[in-house]
Amino acid sequence: MPRERLSGWGRTAWTVADLVQSTDPNIIRSTIASSGERGVIARGLGRSYGAAAQNAGGHVIELTSEHDPMGADAVLDPVSGLLDVASSVSIDSILRLCVPRGWFIPVTPGTRFVTVGGAIASDVHGKNHHFDGSFGQHVRSLTLMLASGEVVELSPQSHPEWFWATVGGMGLTGIILRATVAMLPIQSSRVRVETERLPNFDAVCDAMSGDGDDSTYRYSVCWVDLLATGSSMGRGVLTRGDHAAPSEVKGDDPLAYDPRLKVSAPGWVPNGLLNKYTIKAFNEAWFRKAPAKRHIGLESIPAFFHPLDGVNKWNRLYGPQGFLQYQFIVPLDRTDVLRRVIENFSEAGVASFLAVLKRMGPQNLAPLSFPTEGWTLTLDMAAGIAGLPELLSRVDGMVLDAGGRHYLAKDSHVAPSAVRRGYPRFDEWMSTRDEMDPLGVWRSDLARRLGLVHPGRVS
Amino acid sequence: MKNGVGVAQNIVLFGGTSEIGIAILKRLVKPGVARVVLVSRNIDAAEVASEGLSSQFPEVDFHHIRFDASDASAMQNVVASVAEEVGDIDVAVIAQGLLNEGSDYYSHPDGLVEMANVNFTGTMTLMYALAARVKAQGYGKIVLLSSVAGERVRKGNPAYGATKAGIDGFALALDHELAGTGASVLVVRPGFVATKMTSGMKKAPFSTDAESVAAIVERGIASDKKVVWAPGILRWLFLVLKNVPLPVWRRLPL
Repeated sequence: MPRERLSGWGRTAWTVADLVQSTDPNIIRSTIASSGERGVIARGLGRSYGAAAQNAGGHVIELTSEHDPMGADAVLDPVSGLLDVASSVSIDSILRLCVPRGWFIPVTPGTRFVTVGGAIASDVHGKNHHFDGSFGQHVRSLTLMLASGEVVELSPQSHPEWFWATVGGMGLTGIILRATVAMLPIQSSRVRVETERLPNFDAVCDAMSGDGDDSTYRYSVCWVDLLATGSSMGRGVLTRGDHAAPSEVKGDDPLAYDPRLKVSAPGWVPNGLLNKYTIKAFNEAWFRKAPAKRHIGLESIPAFFHPLDGVNKWNRLYGPQGFLQYQFIVPLDRTDVLRRVIENFSEAGVASFLAVLKRMGPQNLAPLSFPTEGWTLTLDMAAGIAGLPELLSRVDGMVLDAGGRHYLAKDSHVAPSAVRRGYPRFDEWMSTRDEMDPLGVWRSDLARRLGLVHPGRVS
Repeated sequence: MKNGVGVAQNIVLFGGTSEIGIAILKRLVKPGVARVVLVSRNIDAAEVASEGLSSQFPEVDFHHIRFDASDASAMQNVVASVAEEVGDIDVAVIAQGLLNEGSDYYSHPDGLVEMANVNFTGTMTLMYALAARVKAQGYGKIVLLSSVAGERVRKGNPAYGATKAGIDGFALALDHELAGTGASVLVVRPGFVATKMTSGMKKAPFSTDAESVAAIVERGIASDKKVVWAPGILRWLFLVLKNVPLPVWRRLPL
């Protein structure tokens, strides 16, 4: 069994584990049986930013089926739109299969290179959270292998507690093998997008709040320039839209879908290429590129939903030191905290080249699901910045004091107490988790750091 | 676990009263650290030495464990009790050591045995026990405080230099053995460091202090170095000194 060095998408905190690449339930079962006290965790395409899908000194089972681009592991019912899919299948494969047939994935994060298993375990959200909720709300049932090797079928009706503990459960309740996802009917593969430039942070918050017209759009997100200062502090480019009608689309086939990788990031990039100055220039160009007046146009699915996927391995752009994503949420009435967080980062000279603000809709039934009614701000930053641990700890405190929380799929630094404070139903989740895995087989580096599992495995 | 911004959750210092060791802790302990273990001969002294740190970081749990640095046979148990206390060992700093400057080993050869036990045999046994642990963890850093004295052993305190030469060579090869396991060793080679251990001694050229050594160690851990020198210029000085022909070496005023 090969020992592999693994990290998350942020390429920090590398650790070594025994890697098993298989989707075969028998191999998975025997891997669980042969695992020692350091346990087992499932891994998909490794897109979570931190240490959620790695397991230092233990076993990691990688379930991917990228060798199956035609999606033979995915069966779409063309009438009901229910997709019966293996957990190893990526959203990329699903879109290739389903978009030409008039069905879209109900929730997609900013990359289509995530597996269904990962999407459920992180309960991912997208630009439509205020409209459609997160991924777990569209899962009708899932098949889970428990630590005992037993395979169970869970649905929100049959086993609500186990189902919702698995949604957003970071892989710590079992290994998801299959799922049934209710797809979204579409009539074209284009998105009608309204783009507008907003001169400062107040304008951004106003445009996106419920009193604005945000709720009338299925998709809505705002890119924010965190390096702009003075009167243009927090200026942004707001994009909102919905799937276009076939009549709006030129060409023979309104459902034509052809995502392509455009370029690859170079194999090696020095630390510090993305710095305050290069990012400032990028931000200026990005802001200027957007039309000054509200503009309506058609965009392809990859351009609108997955712009970063156009650059293969873009995570290497931060160099060997790696980077982290900081994503948190605060209640709707706490835009003051958003502002203070942004000020803290910009005073410390932290540059972020893709800061994104979104207004989220209500929380679902999963105790560890991140999205809840409020503002979520996401920013990325180089991991090697001096003083970052102190800065992040200060900002974490502001977020938690405001009744906010952090997104575990992106976390790479919060303290164990941050999870307990941010997720009021944490203890409930933990006891369901213990019931599903009494011996403590499932463990990851994230779980170890945050105390999402008990320290010692019961033997 | 370590986190994504390079902070270790659990840090262990062997030689809990060492000035350089405490200075290193002061660099490594920051938000994100959960537990610190000081392993020392004298717990009261280690408590005093770490007082400033523990009051500065009330959220960090400080643990104390007693050990006899010269008792090689006990090291396995010492590491086991550290692991029992904190779980995974993210960073272990090995700072115990005897200098015994000015000892007359011709009349008191017992001191030689003690020095060899602390600086070499005990440290080597400790490092093996730690290596087994961090290897099983799939990650972890062992930091060894070596010395430039081991680079080319000189008269005056040849026993000290020889123990450092031995443990330094051992540590480099141990790191080589750990390649691919996720665990690694950082060898620190300070020159003359002004501390209580060296008080009263004549300062050597390029002398430094504990804080400067600690800053170099912190950077060495962050950038995953195999060897760091303190100050950095000693690396080049010793490249020359190591290769000076013996007749010339013996005439040098060192």
